[in-house]
Amino acid sequence: MDFGLSGDQVALQDSVNRYLDERAGLEHVRAFAAGGGYHEIWQGLTELGVAALLLPDDQGGAGMNVLDAALVAESLGAHVTPSPFIGSAVIAPLALQHLERKIATPYLSSLIDGSATAGIAFSELAGARADAGVHAAAHKLSGKSLFVLDPLANFQLVATTDNALYLVDAGAQGLQQLVHTTIDRTRVSGELRFNNTPGTLISDDPELVANLLDTARIMLVADTLGAAQHMLDTAVAYAKERKQFNRVVGSFQAVKHLCAEMAAALEPCRATMWYAAYALDALPNEAQLTACQAKAHISEVGTFVARTATEVHGGIGFTDLLGLHYWFKRIGFNRQALGAPELLREQAAALQGL
Amino acid sequence: MDLSYGTDYDSFRGELRSFLDEHASEAPSNQRDYRSEKAVAWQKKLIELGYTSRTVPKRYGGFGAEPDILISRILADEFAAAKATAGFGGQGIAMLIPTLLELGTEEQKREIIPPTLLGEMLWCQGYSEPEAGSDLASLRTNASLDGDEWVINGSKIWTSTAHIADQMFCLVRTEPDAPKHDGISFLLLSMDTPGIEVRPLLDMTENKYFNEVFFTDVRVPAGQIIGKRGQGWQVANTILGHERELLGDPNAALTRLNGVIDLMRTETINGRRVIDMPVFRERLIRMQGRVMAMRFNDLRLLSAKVNQQSAPLARMIVKLQGTELRHELEQLAIDVMGEFGLAYDDNEYLRGEGLWQWNYMFYLGLIIGGGTSQIQKNIISERGLHMPKEPKAAARPGAL
Repeated sequence: MDFGLSGDQVALQDSVNRYLDERAGLEHVRAFAAGGGYHEIWQGLTELGVAALLLPDDQGGAGMNVLDAALVAESLGAHVTPSPFIGSAVIAPLALQHLERKIATPYLSSLIDGSATAGIAFSELAGARADAGVHAAAHKLSGKSLFVLDPLANFQLVATTDNALYLVDAGAQGLQQLVHTTIDRTRVSGELRFNNTPGTLISDDPELVANLLDTARIMLVADTLGAAQHMLDTAVAYAKERKQFNRVVGSFQAVKHLCAEMAAALEPCRATMWYAAYALDALPNEAQLTACQAKAHISEVGTFVARTATEVHGGIGFTDLLGLHYWFKRIGFNRQALGAPELLREQAAALQGL
Repeated sequence: MDLSYGTDYDSFRGELRSFLDEHASEAPSNQRDYRSEKAVAWQKKLIELGYTSRTVPKRYGGFGAEPDILISRILADEFAAAKATAGFGGQGIAMLIPTLLELGTEEQKREIIPPTLLGEMLWCQGYSEPEAGSDLASLRTNASLDGDEWVINGSKIWTSTAHIADQMFCLVRTEPDAPKHDGISFLLLSMDTPGIEVRPLLDMTENKYFNEVFFTDVRVPAGQIIGKRGQGWQVANTILGHERELLGDPNAALTRLNGVIDLMRTETINGRRVIDMPVFRERLIRMQGRVMAMRFNDLRLLSAKVNQQSAPLARMIVKLQGTELRHELEQLAIDVMGEFGLAYDDNEYLRGEGLWQWNYMFYLGLIIGGGTSQIQKNIISERGLHMPKEPKAAARPGAL
C-alpha cells in the first residue's frame, strides 16, 4: 500500500523545478508573451530528458508513466512556462507508438532532441463548435480544427470527427497553420485548416483516441494544480508582508480564512491528480471517469483559487506588476481547453449510465 | 504507487467478509444500543475475534493485537458495507480508553477499561461550557482539593449521553492562578455523585442527545485524575485530532452519495425520473467530483500513516471539507424529493426513514461541533499555512 510519490518522482519534479526556477523565470514568461519563442526553454527541458519520459527504454526513452509526465506538467503550470510539452512530450510519444517503427522513429528522434515539436488538434473530440471538424477520406483531410495546442509545430496530431487519429506534417499540401490570440499569452493556440491535405493514419481505434484525450486532460489538470498552488503560496507570502492598520494583512481572519479556504479546496486536488494520472497508467476501468471528474473538479477549484488569490493581493493583483495574471489566465485556459466542467460532467454522467 | 493491501490483508478481509455474511444478522440494529443482551453478545464476539477493541491489551479485556492501520481500515470498510454495527462506540471507547492506555495508571486501566469495553460502564465527555466553546481552554468549571477530595462547581454543555452515562471524564480548572492552558486537570467522576444535575437539551432534529450538566459541591476522590494537576489540556489533546478526522469521513459520504443516486432513480416528477433531469444530474455529478477528491485525499492520508510519512495539510482540512460536503449532500437529496423532502418523523410519505432531513440538520451540528468551521480555518491558516495569529486584544489603543 503506497499512494504517494516515489523518491524518483520527487527527484524528477525537483530537477524540473530547479531548472525552471533558474532558467524560466517571470522575465522569460514576459518575453514570450511579448512575442518571443520557447525554443531555448524547450531545448533545456529536452536536455533534462522531458521529451523522452514516456518512451520505452528501447526507443531511447525513460520508460516512465503518465503520472511522471503529470508531475512535470505540474511544475510547468507552477512556473507558467511556455512550452510545447503536452503535444511534444506526452501525446506524440504515446501516439507514435502505434505507427510502424520505421515511420515513427525519425519523428520520435526529432522530438527527443527537441529539434521538432508536435501540436494536438483534439478540441473537437471534447466538443465541436462553430462547425469545426476534420473529415478524412482516402488519407486526405479536409475541414478545420480550432484551439489547436501549438498549431505552428513541426507536425500535428489530428483527431477526425470519426475518432481516428492522423499525423500531418507542417507545410503539407493544403494545410494552413494559424495562431489566434487567447487570454493565455503563455500558450500558443490556433487553428489548422485542411484542404485535401495528406495525413498518415495512426489509429482508428476510438478507445485509443479517447485515452489520449484523457491523458492530455490530465496534463491540463496537473498544470492547473501547479499554477493554483503557486497562486496560493504567493497570496500567503504576500499577506505575511503587506501591512495595513499597523498589522500584516495576513493576521486578519478575513484574509486568513480566504487562504484557508483555498488550501482546503486545493489540497485534495493533489491526491486527485495523482489518482487520475495513475488510473491512466494502471486502472483502465476507472481511468475515463476519474479523468473527467478530476478535470471538472480541479478546474472549479482552480478558478476559485485564481480569483481568491488575486483578491488577497488587493489592487496590485489586478495589475501587471507582479505578473500574477499569467497564472490566473493559464488556469482559465486549462479550464476551457479539451472540455469545460459542465461538458465533462455530462460525459461523467454518461459513462455511469446516469 | 501501489494501491493493493497485499495478500495477508486480502485474506483477513476475506475471512471478515465471510464472518459478516454469516453473522451480520446478530448485530444490534441500533448503533447506540449498549445495554441489550444482543448488543453485549455481539460486542463480546467481536472482541474475541479481534474485530473490535483489537489493539486493547488482553489483560484489559481487549484482543491484544499490534496497531495496524490497514486492518483498522478493512474493519471499518467491511462493517460499513455489511451495514453491521462494528461494536460499541461512544466517548468511553473512542476517547477515554486510548487516553488511559497512554497516560492512565495501572489501577485505572484495570478498573476502567474492561467494564467500558463491555458497555457496563458508559461514559460521557465533559469539555465544553456555556462560556467556553471554541475557546475551550478558557473553561471555568473549577475543582479545589479539600482533604483527599476534589470539590467541583460549575457547569458543562453539549454533553452527549450524560443522561444515560454512568461516568464522566471532564476538564476542570484546578490551578486558577496558572496561565489558562496550564491550569486545567482531567478528572473522572461517577454520574450518581450527589450535586450533579443533568438537563437534556432539545436540539433542532427534535432529539435529546445533548445535555447540560450542573455541578454543585460535587465531591470526587483525589486519585480520580489522569495525568498530573494542570496537565489536563495536554491529556485531552492526546486524542482530539483523531476525533476531527472521524467527523469528515469521506467513505461515509460515498455511501450517502450512492443513496442520493438511488433516490434520483426512484423519485419521479410528472412521471419523469429526477436522474433524467439535467439540472439535478449536474448537481449530483458535481457533488460526486467533490466526494471523489475527498476519498483520494483520504487514501493519501491512509498511505501516509502506513508509511509513516506526514501530510499535515491534507489531514487538517478533512473536518472542514468533509462536514460541509455531507451537509450539502443531504440538502441535494431533500431537493430531489421536493415537498416530500419536508416529511419528518411519523409522516406516511417519509423517504429513507427521514434520515435525509435528520442528517441535513445533524451535519450542521457537526459543522459547528468538534471545532467550528471558523476554528478549522484558523488552524489551517496558522498551522498549515503558517500565517500569523490574530493579535491579542490591544492593551492600549493602537498597540499590536
